[in-house]
Amino acid sequence: MTLKVLIPSALRSYTESSQAEASGATLDELLMDLDRQYPGIRFRMIDEQQKVRRHIRVFVNGVSAEVLSQAMHADDDVVIVQALSGG
Amino acid sequence: MTTTVLQVATRKGAWIFRADANRREWTVDGPHFLGHIISHLVLDPRDKTTLLAAAKTGHLGPTIFRSVDEGCTWKEAAQPPAFTKAPEGETGRAVDHTFWLTPAHSNEPGVWYAGTSPQGLFRSDDGGVTWSGFSSVNDDPQFREWMGSEKDGTPDGPKLHSITVDPRNPDHLYFGMSGGGVHESIDRGKTWRVLINGMEVPEGFGFDVTQPGFHDPHCLRMCPSNPNRIYQQNHSGIYRIDRPSDTWVRIGKNMPPEVGDIGFTMTVHPCDDNTAWVFPMDGTQVWPRTSPDGKPAVYVTRNGGEAWQRQDAGMPTEQAWWTVKRQAMCCDTHDSVGLYFGTTSGELWMSRDEGKNWECMARHLPEIYAVEALNL
Repeated sequence: MTLKVLIPSALRSYTESSQAEASGATLDELLMDLDRQYPGIRFRMIDEQQKVRRHIRVFVNGVSAEVLSQAMHADDDVVIVQALSGG
Repeated sequence: MTTTVLQVATRKGAWIFRADANRREWTVDGPHFLGHIISHLVLDPRDKTTLLAAAKTGHLGPTIFRSVDEGCTWKEAAQPPAFTKAPEGETGRAVDHTFWLTPAHSNEPGVWYAGTSPQGLFRSDDGGVTWSGFSSVNDDPQFREWMGSEKDGTPDGPKLHSITVDPRNPDHLYFGMSGGGVHESIDRGKTWRVLINGMEVPEGFGFDVTQPGFHDPHCLRMCPSNPNRIYQQNHSGIYRIDRPSDTWVRIGKNMPPEVGDIGFTMTVHPCDDNTAWVFPMDGTQVWPRTSPDGKPAVYVTRNGGEAWQRQDAGMPTEQAWWTVKRQAMCCDTHDSVGLYFGTTSGELWMSRDEGKNWECMARHLPEIYAVEALNL
């Protein structure tokens, strides 16, 4: 199952594109696959305790994903966002 | 022909300044990693071509970038410093940023050490490509107690810093924890001993001076000409230790009382162990962290800290409210030693005559976190 993943500008130095494709039965597997294609990208989003970093959000079908074990389904819409911050 | 290369790390990227033989003309190379928070940029003195940059951004997690061609091209570390995954049900630590980079002994090409925030000690054996943690520090219950919580450190996180390798013995290491004291290993990091005798702690709070967790060394500098002598700029003064003694002496008490001996940074002469420079800051009341009274100056000792002289020729004489962070002052190894510091206001200053005269060599950079000099 291959899904389209929207990539924020802060991570496009890895993908060189605003959109990537990755596959996985869970969000964790999907991000692992992304990292296989673009080495290093996962650690910039997910820390060593397997937590999504403070200023990163991953939306699946418009809902913020809270756990990496979340199951993925065909046609899921995956968007990685650099959280709005600063002033 | 000897040239000097300055490696400048800032809150918004990295710059490399290269000098002509007279240190009169500088070429500017940068920004590298514009928008990245670069805590440290270090050119390897062993091969003189490998550069490591400790980086993160406001949104993204930390990493190490590596160049083997003096910054022409960069590649990211395959395995940046990261703590051990905690067992299920326990809360583990995550590296927020790598703060400090130290090339290891000259006989260990490709070996580097790194200090992080939250505090951790890491080592790379492959030139910065992969990093592994020292369990003797990162997972040790006693060290974890001394490290305290996120509240027990500088405003942007407690830092493990000043990783120092004895040039006579690669097994002999030191580091500082801000806060958490000074620590020494003679077996390449397998075991550690505390080195805080003589260091003072903030007065009036009832802190136990024997507890490393109350100690806040800001910067350690080993003298290249005498590795038995180490200087220290601490939250509570300026110190010197002469090994094998295990007691620090507060040489900052000889500073002018109106200036005091609080600061972040310190650097030592490459050939004279009696000469060191500090950049005092205002550590009174709410800790403004500015130059005292808005009048910046370097202070030099030529006798191991028995006396200090002000060196401010060329610097602003009033209304200059910047300071210099702990990694942001250094010296080169020319016969007439060049001194360099970067300010919190993004200015880069230099002296070609060991601090007698100063000139601003760059303005309008982002806040400067670190400055390193290497002669090629």
